Amino acid sequence: MGNWSRFNIASIVLGFGFLYLPIVLLVIFSFNESKLVTVWAGFSTKWYTQLWHNQALLDAAWVTIRVALISATCATVLGTLAALALVRYTRFRGRMLFSGMVYAPLVMPEVITGLSLLLLFVAIGLDRGFWTITLAHITFTMCFVAVVVQSRLLSFDQSIEEAALDLGATPVRTFFAITLPVIAPAVFSGWVLAFTLSLDDLVISSFTTGPGATTLPMKIYSQVRLGVTPEINAICTILIGIVAIGVIVASVVTKQREAQREKDERAAFAQ
Amino acid sequence: MARVASAVFSRLVIIIPYAWLLFFFLIPFFIVFRISLSQTAVAMPPYTPVFDLFGGLSGIMEKAREFSLDNYVWLTEDVLYFNAYVSSVIIAGISTVLTLMIAYPVAYGMAKAPKSIRPTLLMLVILPFWTSFLIRVYAWIAILKPEGLLNQFLMSINVIDQPLIILNTNWAIYIGIVYSYLPFMVLPIYSSLEKMDHTLTEAALDLGCTPFSAFWQVTFPLSLAGVVAGCLLVFIPAVGEFVIPDLLGGSETLMIGKTLWNEFNANRDWPVSSAVAMILLLILVIPIVFFQNAQAKADGEGR
Repeated sequence: MGNWSRFNIASIVLGFGFLYLPIVLLVIFSFNESKLVTVWAGFSTKWYTQLWHNQALLDAAWVTIRVALISATCATVLGTLAALALVRYTRFRGRMLFSGMVYAPLVMPEVITGLSLLLLFVAIGLDRGFWTITLAHITFTMCFVAVVVQSRLLSFDQSIEEAALDLGATPVRTFFAITLPVIAPAVFSGWVLAFTLSLDDLVISSFTTGPGATTLPMKIYSQVRLGVTPEINAICTILIGIVAIGVIVASVVTKQREAQREKDERAAFAQ
Repeated sequence: MARVASAVFSRLVIIIPYAWLLFFFLIPFFIVFRISLSQTAVAMPPYTPVFDLFGGLSGIMEKAREFSLDNYVWLTEDVLYFNAYVSSVIIAGISTVLTLMIAYPVAYGMAKAPKSIRPTLLMLVILPFWTSFLIRVYAWIAILKPEGLLNQFLMSINVIDQPLIILNTNWAIYIGIVYSYLPFMVLPIYSSLEKMDHTLTEAALDLGCTPFSAFWQVTFPLSLAGVVAGCLLVFIPAVGEFVIPDLLGGSETLMIGKTLWNEFNANRDWPVSSAVAMILLLILVIPIVFFQNAQAKADGEGR
């Protein structure tokens, strides 16, 4: 494979510098002693202690985590089903419309999704609040799960499934005994993706929320509008830390599973 | 018995997500359309006519007569909306080109990297995507402010003696969009470059092509599918972007996502914001269909 020239290395280093520098600066200034986020005045963790006493913020964090847990779990089930439908059943009535509805939310501007869901909730007379946010999040995150799981299903050797069916397993049993264990890493990363997308969402939550249900991004947004403070940097740093740990754990788990599977396969062939 | 179970299972696999998306994704658009034809009212919900499903057919017909295209006429009469649509498309277009110019060399460098470190590089591109969008946009405020870190740095190395005014201008929006959407551009380009057969470039070089023309005549056309996918993934959401123009742009920056948000939250004018959303959808429908076709084709190739 060709030569990795100096130009290639430089563009990667610059590109990654651009991607990571703002986040690194944000984390550094969350430990700033001064109230200014642009002038370094010494190391301090006082902003983190202050967060701990901000009850409104903690409440918002708790709402956000509950929404994310419930919506990611439902979205994973729905998204996995949608991926199966797209990959396994290439012919059914309205498949074009179905695949359109799976892909369109990936690029749909959030203001449109948010507004349309809100008007739906008003039209059917649903009280707005925690559950409407959760329903909205399930809807837009399930499509991301579907795409992640779909790409795994496409590279899946279907003959194993056919063998199970031939040997008399029911489709449901085949799904749980064969298909699900194989696609599990993709399903899991789909869940993590849905969880972080939900954790992160501002626009759709703002449209679909009601009295009493404030999520963390909504809280952060209203504070940012008042000005930039190290306290917001501290919340952001904690969120980045949670996501980073989640992603690292997810990738380690996936790697171990893959390695285990390869080992099992080799053992099976050796016999 | 097994056959019946099998049929039921496959039906359910299709019907459950299908019904969910119909109800929560497709039907809402019809509701938005319907409300865009209504009048603003001081009530809850703040529009009229409100349909009563139990009012019978004659009741519905009666109320349907109250529908009007007034909101759309209003959008064409007020030049603010027209300018907001045009400037959203222009800002999204410029940002997409800038993103492509930055993402392509990065993706190219990744595809040329030794195989052993490619998964790590890929992981590093994806990782920022997992951190909050809001946080990533927020991080730029402290950098771009007049007394911010970029100006401090440039002044300390004597490149400039007056702080640059970047925050609250369109440049801040470009930077915000390029930064937030960069991974969406890098990933499809990288995957099309990685799949490419590199003997083709070598053949072109052997036949006397300069490296530059080999790139333009062989490599770039072969990566076009990735470039198109990446551009659509950036352009479509950027047109309706709200957070970036709101936090990084100035008060005079017109973008339709922001206009819609203000119309809805500050003016509480649901019918007009529905009309704004319908027109935005109309503008985006062609690129969205294009994106779906590209996506469906990519799935077909994977099979």
